[in-house]
Amino acid sequence: MNPTVNDSSRGIRIKGVSKVYSGTARPAVDAVSLDIAHGEFMTFLGPSGSGKTTMLSMLAGFVSVSAGSIEIDGRDVSRLKPHKRDLGVVFQQYALFPHLSVARNVAFPLQQRRMRKADIAAKVAETLELVHLGPYADRLPGHLSGGQQQRVALARAVVYQPRALLMDEPLGALDKRLRDRLQREIARMHRELGMTFIFVTHDQHEALTLSDRIAVFNEGRIEQVGAPAELYERPETLFVAQFLGESNGFRGTVDKAAGVLRCGAHALRAPRLDPRLDRAEGVAVVRPERLSLHGDAADVASGRNRLGATVTEVVYVGDRHQVGLRFADGTTGTATHPVGSPLPAMPGECVTVSWDPEHQSIVTGGAGAPVPPVAAEIPADA
Amino acid sequence: MTTTTTTTVPAAGGRGTPGRRGVRLRARAAWLVLPATALLLVFFFYPIATIVWRSFTEPRTGLGNYTALLHDGVSVKVLVRTLVTALIVAASTLVIAYPYAYAMTRVGARARGVLTMIVLLPFWTSLMARNFAWYMLEQRGGPIERLLGAVGFDGVVLLGTVPGVTLAMVQVMLPFMVLPLYSGMEGIDRRLLDAAGSLGAPRWRAFARVYLPLSVPGVLSGFSLVFIMTLGFYITPALLGSPQQSLVSQVIGERVNRLLDFGGAGALGGVLLAVTLVVLFAVSRVARPARALGGAVGHE
Repeated sequence: MNPTVNDSSRGIRIKGVSKVYSGTARPAVDAVSLDIAHGEFMTFLGPSGSGKTTMLSMLAGFVSVSAGSIEIDGRDVSRLKPHKRDLGVVFQQYALFPHLSVARNVAFPLQQRRMRKADIAAKVAETLELVHLGPYADRLPGHLSGGQQQRVALARAVVYQPRALLMDEPLGALDKRLRDRLQREIARMHRELGMTFIFVTHDQHEALTLSDRIAVFNEGRIEQVGAPAELYERPETLFVAQFLGESNGFRGTVDKAAGVLRCGAHALRAPRLDPRLDRAEGVAVVRPERLSLHGDAADVASGRNRLGATVTEVVYVGDRHQVGLRFADGTTGTATHPVGSPLPAMPGECVTVSWDPEHQSIVTGGAGAPVPPVAAEIPADA
Repeated sequence: MTTTTTTTVPAAGGRGTPGRRGVRLRARAAWLVLPATALLLVFFFYPIATIVWRSFTEPRTGLGNYTALLHDGVSVKVLVRTLVTALIVAASTLVIAYPYAYAMTRVGARARGVLTMIVLLPFWTSLMARNFAWYMLEQRGGPIERLLGAVGFDGVVLLGTVPGVTLAMVQVMLPFMVLPLYSGMEGIDRRLLDAAGSLGAPRWRAFARVYLPLSVPGVLSGFSLVFIMTLGFYITPALLGSPQQSLVSQVIGERVNRLLDFGGAGALGGVLLAVTLVVLFAVSRVARPARALGGAVGHE
């Protein structure tokens, strides 16, 4: 959707970067490698403590790199002081200079670059227009709302056209409505400026709606990198499947020869299995909206996977019903059912659950993590 | 001006609509502040008012005591000497205390405890003991004279001189500078320095453009506290100074104790009070926008 220039000399290259804080055994960031193209909107997504903010701090130069290197536009910046990296940073708590007016906050980076006074004034005015804060130029930051302050911070971080804009949970301190509005503004700024954006969040919805690509962080490593749809439809690890959206998981053993995942007495069809997974413990992951419910097992089209379940609850959430399920082996799960069509079963009754094998992913536990016995739903705010 | 004053004073009962609850709370609050207020009224405002009153009435009603100050050839000199000494003491403590207070904000909780202890230790030692310690150090043949003599400055005796008094007062006043500075600096968000760095400011410029201005409220409160306390400080000048180079508190003491000139002493005290009020007013004017900032910082 935006020009991702395929020019290897531009962009950010993270090569085997680790961070070990003194006095801790486990590295906060563990040998992370990632290439970010010029003009790309890249999101670091993960729960708190997953290393995403530490990674961003190393990019900005606030935290030193223990191992590996960071290149920006072909230049190794790993040992450079922050003020020599030419990056823009937006902080969760805005970090505006409270003793300077909005205009002088935005002028600050231009003054550091010894720009002429008249040019500074013009550039500041233009950038404040970009974030719709022209009339507030002479106010002190303390007299603005949180959303306005964060827009000032955005203006201040892009006014000098840095090589990339780094944002550390920039919407975390705002309420829901402001968050949605500022999210759209950030997307618009990315389109208009054509700048590389690196965005850190623990909010999967933010990540899915804003990003060109998402890097999912867990325990200091990147679990998977890909476009939002790719991560959502084809998660490679259980962690990614559970952290991004809701999912149902069915544990079993992979049988490559038969092309199935054996879950007790059932065999789930699994096309195009990775040969490396043969005989391994695997989990079939299916999104709730991909499950269909049938009152009569005979209605299920051939070629679909099917399992019997008991309906535990039905929750009306406006645009759909959310149906709680318990499968024969005790596993719980969720399906969604359109509000327009009648429910095939009420709570306590039995249903047949079916899905197209194309819509399921077979994953391993990921990074040796234990696979939980139930298809857990990870809350949006981890 | 009056409007800004009224807006900075928070209404005790909340927003304009006190209601019954607000009134009751305020009545209860009155009981809480009554003892301290009574004490201040009886033992502070009453004597001050008496002294000021007597400065205008003894021995004759009028401004005689004040015009005498101008013409006795000594008082003006002493007042100027006192003001200059107070300025030097306040400036010296600021220079010594600023890096110390900054270090206190940068170390771990344990080291901070130790640093606080070091500042407060003299606080818990009797003021008399500390001044006699300085007396021993500064006296003829004392360690300071011998030390200076060893490096080639023979016969420097600080006892009985203004520099000797100044040196001791800097030490005595240090906690009164460190603590306000520290409490001001503690509220400064360190991420502002990260932000300044990311925006292209080298460390020292980030400090000069961001940290230093934000530390001004603490500097002002520490500076004015030390300056005002030094103006009227009695024990140290009385012990370590001399009648030839006396400060205003010594002169007041002498007039009251030896000459029984309550009117003249009152006039000197009145001038001191006026200077103090002027300083406090000036600081409150300068610090007002800074206090608004304090609110903004606290909001984060």
